[in-house]
Amino acid sequence: MARAVTQQRKIINTTAAWAVGLLIFFPILWTILTSFKTEATAIADPPVFLAFDWTLENYGVVLERSNYARFLWNSIIIAGGSTILGLIIAVPAAWSMAFVPSRKTKDILLWMLSTKMLPAVGVLYPIYLIFIKMGLLDTRAGLIIVLMLMNLPIIVWMLYTYFKEIPGEILEAGRMDGAGLKDEILFILTPMAIPGIASTMLLNFILAWNEAFWTLNLTAAKAAPLTAFIASYSSPEGLFFAKLSAASTMAIAPILILGWFSQKQLVSGLTFGAVK
Amino acid sequence: MATQHSRSAARMMLAPAVVLLLGWMLVPLIMTLYFSFKKYLPLRGGDLGWAGFDNYVRFVTSSAFWPSVQATLIIVGGTLLITVVFGVLLGLLLNQPMWGQGVVRILVIAPFFVMPTVSALVWKNMFMDPVNGLFAHLWKFFGAEPVVWLSDASLFSIITIVSWQWLPFATLILLTAIQSLDGEQLEASEMDGAPVLKRFYYIVLPHLGRAITIVILIETIFLLSIFAEIFVTTGGAFGSRTLTYLIFQRVLESQNVGLGSAGGVYAIILANIVAIFLMRIVGKNLDA
Repeated sequence: MARAVTQQRKIINTTAAWAVGLLIFFPILWTILTSFKTEATAIADPPVFLAFDWTLENYGVVLERSNYARFLWNSIIIAGGSTILGLIIAVPAAWSMAFVPSRKTKDILLWMLSTKMLPAVGVLYPIYLIFIKMGLLDTRAGLIIVLMLMNLPIIVWMLYTYFKEIPGEILEAGRMDGAGLKDEILFILTPMAIPGIASTMLLNFILAWNEAFWTLNLTAAKAAPLTAFIASYSSPEGLFFAKLSAASTMAIAPILILGWFSQKQLVSGLTFGAVK
Repeated sequence: MATQHSRSAARMMLAPAVVLLLGWMLVPLIMTLYFSFKKYLPLRGGDLGWAGFDNYVRFVTSSAFWPSVQATLIIVGGTLLITVVFGVLLGLLLNQPMWGQGVVRILVIAPFFVMPTVSALVWKNMFMDPVNGLFAHLWKFFGAEPVVWLSDASLFSIITIVSWQWLPFATLILLTAIQSLDGEQLEASEMDGAPVLKRFYYIVLPHLGRAITIVILIETIFLLSIFAEIFVTTGGAFGSRTLTYLIFQRVLESQNVGLGSAGGVYAIILANIVAIFLMRIVGKNLDA
């Protein structure tokens, strides 16, 4: 095929792909831009794209009036806590299924996945009731537990997929050399599994950060994370687009960056390895 | 290969995860089943005795039930249609040689990482607001009357928001599948002079069948339970009350736990029907 044709096609592809990409990204871009505008500029007609007086005022207002730091802290603790707790429980489980498989392993894996299908709303009241009885309502500990359980199947699955890819011969060689179970896990498996564990961590942190059913329904003031902080902007109050944008930007920026790093893992994690 | 010692150790290591998930699944499920057969109003007398199948009958015969099923199906179906069709097209486009492919991919994938409450609020206010939203500006620019999106076209608006959130997921999965397509086969058919549409229909689409099925099943499970997108936009008004939202209102807003629990059981049954299909596909892949 002629070189010129390929080059021309590449230009068309590039243009089309960039146009679509920017269109999809536009709402996020617009939110970030608006967060630096004054309230009056934010609703200007025709809309101002870049030529406005950039200001940090909205960030100041949002930081001052709502306790952003506490919401952020709650998000970090809840997402981080549920991810770490999940890993502590999932790493041994995935290890045992990947390296000492039994006839029931496949069934256990599928059953674990099936618990993920239980619609949250179907068990809303029981969880609510249990939370009240145990004093967990509106606590970070309660949310850590619920989000951990919710994401546990995904963590186990992802780790299982990664562990499966570690060749069994290495373990056998280690055993020949007299490595015990503890050494095997600590010195042979862990170093090889670290990339997999890291991406599992990342994806689960993102899922927990964005979770918006339990975090909205099981918190009030004390333990509310950023999902609830943003939801408090759902009733409009005069001119507030710029402040809403600033708050939104602060809520999504950390996770957006983490997410871009973990996009590859997203595929294997969310399809449970069924698409490679 | 494994010794007796390592077998029992392995079982010990698996136990916590299994026990926790078993509890997480069974305890609330049994409670929901229990409440669904009770007349139970926490704020108006509490437990008022057994109700038999009353709650199940009442939930299905209430005037809100069928509209909520309809709203759910329209939202799930509409979003699936949009994300799969555009996901395939976008996947094909992103698979072509181009400059800055990595950056474009990052732009396309971004919406997936935006928390649902944020995306719902940004769309609701900055795009769909009938006075100050960008769409209103655009409509006025062309001399048209701005649309009051969330009340006059509530389902369409919610489908737009949810599709925006899920298109990246569909695109990423389908792109991954397209990348594993056999290039030689495509080239051969191109040499043989097969037109683009025929190549797509006979070679690309069959190859994508499995990935599309997986996108549909996984999205369905998440879409059946979308909550925040409705909670912060319409609050279930204007015909946008889905089954999930109806149950939420019964349980937490009107505090009729028995009735809500019966609804919950319906939702669980519905989700399980979808789940069975997903399990089959995933299970088949497990030994491969």
